[in-house]
Amino acid sequence: MIKTLVHKIGDSKKGQIIFFAAYVLITTLGLFLLSDSVTAFLILLLSVLILYYLKFNVKIKWVLGLLIIGVLMPFAASQGTSFQSFMDVGTLVLIYVTMSLGLNIVVGFAGLLDLGFIAFFAVGAYTFAIFGSSQANHFMPFGHFPVPGDAFWLFIPIGAIIAAIFGILLGIPVLRVKGDYLAIVTLGFGEIIRIVLNNMDHPINITNGSMGIPSIVPPKFFGIAIQNPSQFYYIALGIFLVAIYVATRLEHSKLGRAWKAVRDNEIAAQAMGIPLVKTKLAAFAIGASFSGMMGSVFAAKQMYIDATSFTYLESTMVLVMVILGGMGSIPGVILGAAVVIILNNQVLTDISNWLSQLSASGILMVPDALSPAKMQRFIFGILLVVFALYRTKGLIPHKNKMVDVKKLKREAAIEENKYKENPKMEGSES
Amino acid sequence: MLQQIIQITPQVLIDGLTLGFVYAVVAIGYTMVYGILELINFAHGDIFMTGSFVGAAVLFFLMSIGFMSSLPSLIVFIIIILVAALVTGALGVGIERVAYRPLRKRNAPKLIALITSIGISFILEDAVRFIAELKTGNYIVTAPPMFQHRFVLNIHSVFPFFNNAIFQGSFLVVSIVTIIMLVSLDIFVNRTKWGMAMRAVAQDRDTASLMSINVNRVISVTFFIGSALGGATGVLFLIQYGTVDPYIGFILGIKAFTAAVLGGIGNIRGAMFGGILLGLLEMFASANLSTITHGAMGSEYKDVFAFVILILVLIFKPEGLFGKAAVEKV
Repeated sequence: MIKTLVHKIGDSKKGQIIFFAAYVLITTLGLFLLSDSVTAFLILLLSVLILYYLKFNVKIKWVLGLLIIGVLMPFAASQGTSFQSFMDVGTLVLIYVTMSLGLNIVVGFAGLLDLGFIAFFAVGAYTFAIFGSSQANHFMPFGHFPVPGDAFWLFIPIGAIIAAIFGILLGIPVLRVKGDYLAIVTLGFGEIIRIVLNNMDHPINITNGSMGIPSIVPPKFFGIAIQNPSQFYYIALGIFLVAIYVATRLEHSKLGRAWKAVRDNEIAAQAMGIPLVKTKLAAFAIGASFSGMMGSVFAAKQMYIDATSFTYLESTMVLVMVILGGMGSIPGVILGAAVVIILNNQVLTDISNWLSQLSASGILMVPDALSPAKMQRFIFGILLVVFALYRTKGLIPHKNKMVDVKKLKREAAIEENKYKENPKMEGSES
Repeated sequence: MLQQIIQITPQVLIDGLTLGFVYAVVAIGYTMVYGILELINFAHGDIFMTGSFVGAAVLFFLMSIGFMSSLPSLIVFIIIILVAALVTGALGVGIERVAYRPLRKRNAPKLIALITSIGISFILEDAVRFIAELKTGNYIVTAPPMFQHRFVLNIHSVFPFFNNAIFQGSFLVVSIVTIIMLVSLDIFVNRTKWGMAMRAVAQDRDTASLMSINVNRVISVTFFIGSALGGATGVLFLIQYGTVDPYIGFILGIKAFTAAVLGGIGNIRGAMFGGILLGLLEMFASANLSTITHGAMGSEYKDVFAFVILILVLIFKPEGLFGKAAVEKV
């Protein structure tokens, strides 16, 4: 739909540039002036999606996209009182986008349905939370806790590594279990992790049980304590960039192609010499490490965590993001995550508030039970069913990289010429 | 320590059997659908939950028109369980028609069907929560007790190393109804024409359709029976435990699935056995874990216990206790 619109505006590059610049300028100005309006915020964000469909060079697209989400949007939103809440949603979007990139590796590339993905997020979050608060004093006789805020940066890779270890742990049963059973096993694994985290306050108090871990130290960046959502936004943006670099690189690497081969036909892949164990474990470990990294950011941002943030609902939420966007398609997954989080945290809450205002002023009676914020599962359910039935491939379907036939032919011709000129060269034995 | 465990064993057995019966019937729903479609119907646990809510609604309705005082509670109970079974049976058929049949027609990958079933389960949960909250103001519904009479099983005087066990009248109702359901299902599947058709479709859908079996109708019937049994069990759960909320279906469904896997999925007798075994194991764990580990782990780990059993069975004996190992087709 958007595509045809763009086509109408101009097939020429110049038309597109003018259109896009005008769009960004107007929406930025709109957000700048109406700084508390959610609609203005969303319309500005839409520009990133439009950018995706324009016919620019990929590098230019990246630079422009980063400029919009890294500079223009925070700047334009910073004028109003809801700046921090916008940035809070933005941070959450980035956290979940990174996680769904991770799950996309497991489900989309390797075809292993994982219903307990949030467990890795929990592991990352608890890793920082335990050492970033006085909690570690309960079971670590040495050392002084909480660790200073500067150590947060160290905990991002630590969270990734520990989550990856857990990913491999989960991967071990996977080697024998397949398909639907795998979904159930991962679900069980996720629940086990949640229950254990929720009850590890005795005999040794490691996670403080259902009380959760309060007062986690704020990270420090060259002595500045990071506490505002707008500051966490940039941390999350940084990790997101690392994650997307890794994910796009992996997709077309040898490992990425092995994952897809395993997804499409495990037995054939094995017959072609793909090591099944290594490939599957790598998918789990890499996918898990993405959410482990974001787990530490989440813990630092919330400053308090408990096991209720890591339920089955959250796992399915990440799965909804991947399916909604399009399994195996990196831009799709990003869009899916952004749509779900913004819908959930901004749009639904706003509609709920609006409805309750209407009820309060007596214009329209809306029962409290119907408040959209409570209908989360219902909406996710409808999204899952509708997309599974009618748009199995998601919002932005996955595309295989096109083979440039001309380039291949040219290369082949060069090779052939070389051979003709000098038949004694390598490869001429036959 | 051992003495303490032995002392409470009769009580554990009774509680475990009650829970086990519930698991067994729900597990049969999983196993029937899995046997025929090779699909884990995630929505089944929520059909069970819907059944318990329909039961509660009928109960409240009957109470409001003063039916309860004029009729013996057994008849009221039969009305409730029949209504709940019919409603959930129809619901199951509807779900199959809307969410699974279109996928089957298109030969969609199994992953997609699994995802739709997760979606359906979410829709059911919130729809039921919404209706319950609208009607009663609170989505946790407590039903008035129906079979409250307490029986004391005087084992202590016969075997002095056991403690006495206490059970309620509802335990008898649950066990008798479950046994009736299980036996009649077994007869239905093994002795009737429809049962034979179901087994044929489960074996090979294409060949069955060549033998003039209407595959779609058989699948609908399977969904109807499985869901009706699930809904009826929901009512039993309500009678036995009194309180239900819209989110009980998920965890109970997973455990029932564990039971089905334990017995060998696709095998109805296996599912019955697996359910009862899992109920007993779980009650044993929740009663004795803290004694065994000297307080390090309490009964809150009983769910972990169930999941660990699931994972171990899937790793070491994926075909279950009674199943046949499937030969992988290339």
